[in-house]
Amino acid sequence: MRQTRIPTPRVATLTAIIGFIFIVFVPSAFAQDWGGQVFIKDRLTVVVEIIVFSAAILLYTRWARKGKKLFVRKIAGIDAIEEAVGRATEMGKPVLFVPGIGDVEDIETIAGISILGRVASVVAQYDAPLMVPTRYPVVLAACQEVVEQAYVEAGRKDAYNEEMVRYVAGEQFAFTATVNGMMMRDRPAANIYMGAFFAESLLLAETGNAAGSIQIAGTARPEQLPFFIAACDFTLMGEELYAASSYLSHEPLMLGGLKGQDFIKVIIIIAILLGTILMTFGYGDWFKAIFDVP
Amino acid sequence: MKRTVPLLTAFLSGLALVVSFFFNPDRIFLGDIQEVVLQWMTIIGGFALVLGVHSIIKVNMAKVIRKDSEWFYKLATVVSVIVMALPAMLPNSWSPLFGNGQGSIYNWLFEYVDSPMMETMFAMLAFYIASAAYRAFRARNTEATLLLITATLVMLWRVPMGEAFLRLFSDKLPDYINMFVMNGFNVSVQRGIIIGAALGGAAMSLRIILGIERTYMGKN
Repeated sequence: MRQTRIPTPRVATLTAIIGFIFIVFVPSAFAQDWGGQVFIKDRLTVVVEIIVFSAAILLYTRWARKGKKLFVRKIAGIDAIEEAVGRATEMGKPVLFVPGIGDVEDIETIAGISILGRVASVVAQYDAPLMVPTRYPVVLAACQEVVEQAYVEAGRKDAYNEEMVRYVAGEQFAFTATVNGMMMRDRPAANIYMGAFFAESLLLAETGNAAGSIQIAGTARPEQLPFFIAACDFTLMGEELYAASSYLSHEPLMLGGLKGQDFIKVIIIIAILLGTILMTFGYGDWFKAIFDVP
Repeated sequence: MKRTVPLLTAFLSGLALVVSFFFNPDRIFLGDIQEVVLQWMTIIGGFALVLGVHSIIKVNMAKVIRKDSEWFYKLATVVSVIVMALPAMLPNSWSPLFGNGQGSIYNWLFEYVDSPMMETMFAMLAFYIASAAYRAFRARNTEATLLLITATLVMLWRVPMGEAFLRLFSDKLPDYINMFVMNGFNVSVQRGIIIGAALGGAAMSLRIILGIERTYMGKN
C-alpha cells in the first residue's frame, strides 16, 4: 500500500490556530461595545476538556509517527468486511453499502463515507460489483468521489461505473423501500450498513437477512443497536464506527488517534468513580458544578 | 492546490465552529456562526438536489432504454419524479393545481399517495420486530436465556395486563423491574455507549479538522 505523509501539527500550525482565533474573534468582540460577556466563562471547563483531549490524541499520533508500537484490539465486525467482499467475489454477487440516511453534516455519515472509501478499495481489488444507494444529493456527490478515487488508487479506473453510487429517494421510507427492493432483486452477498440510522434500521436488516446476505452494521445510535444486533452477523457499536476507518487503514498514525481516545476514556472512568464516591459521601457538589455546562 | 483548499476549508470551518461555541454571538460581529453554517448547508443542499434528480433519471432511464428486467418499475419511478415535481415548480397563479398549496396536484399526491405509503412502510415495522425478536430470544445459550427472561419480564411490565399478572407474585415486582432493569442495567449500558460514541465522534472531528482523516473526500 502506498504510504502517504500525514501531517502532525507543529509550531506553525499551532501559531495559525492561535492567530486565527485572535484575528477572527478578538477584534470582532472589541468592535462591539465593551459591555456584556464576550467570552462565555461558564464554558471554560469545555476549553480545558478540549485541550486535554486534543493533546492526548496528538501525543499518541506523534508517538505512532516515531514508530512506537501501539496495540489496538481486534474488532471482529471490521475484520469481517474483507471476508464478506471475498465471499461476494466468489459468488459473483454485489456488495451493498448503505452510508446511513443522515446528511453530510452528521459525523456518523462522514464516518460511513470514510469506511466506504476503504471498502471500495477492497471491492476494487477483488473486482466485485458495488451498490451504494444514498438519500441526500450531497452525500451522493461525496460517495461518488470517494468510490471513484478508491478505484483509481486500486488501478481499476476502468471498472468504476457512476451508477454504482446512486441517489434513490429523499423520503426515509421511500429510501428504505428502494433499498429493500434492491436486496430482494439483486440478492447481494454482503450488506454493509455504516452511518446514521433511524426507524428503517430493522426494515433494512431483516430484509437483508431474508435475502441471505452476510450483514455488517455500524451505528452510534444506542436505540438502533438492538435491531442491528438481532438481524446482522456483525455490529459495530458506538465508537467502533468511528474507529473503523482508522482500523481499516492499518496506518500507525491513524491508530494513534484511537489510543489517545482510550486514554481519555480512562480519565473519564476515573472522573465517574471519583464523582460517585464524592456524591455518595455528600461532598460532590463542587465536583458536579465543574461539569455543569450551560 | 486540489488537496490544500479542501483541507484548509475543513480546518478553518471546524475551528471557527469550535471556537464560536465559547463566544457570545450577540457580542461578536460574526454573530451566530453555527446558524450561518446551517443556512449555507441548506443552500448547498438545494443546489445539490439537481445532482440527485440527474442521478435518479440517468440510472433509471438507462434501464428503461435497455429494456432491462422489470424496466417498467424504473419507468414508474421516472414518471413519479416528473409528475410530483413539475406541477409543484409551476407558479400557483397559472392554475390552482400548480404550486404546493392546498388543492394542488403536489399536495393531493403527497396527502393521498406518498403519506399512506410511508405510513404503511412504518407500520410493517411491527412484523419485522416480531420476526427479529423470535430469532433474538431463542434460548440457545446462557446469555440468550438471560436475555429471553429479561425481555419477557420487561414486556409483561410494559402492558397493564402483564403488570397485573406480575403483581400476583409481588406488589413491588414491577417497580423492581423498572428500577434494576430499565433504570439500572439498561441506562448504564446506554450511557457507556453514548460516552464512547461521543468520544469517537469528537476524535473523528479532530482528525478531520487537522487533516489526518481524509478518506471522506476521496484522498488517502
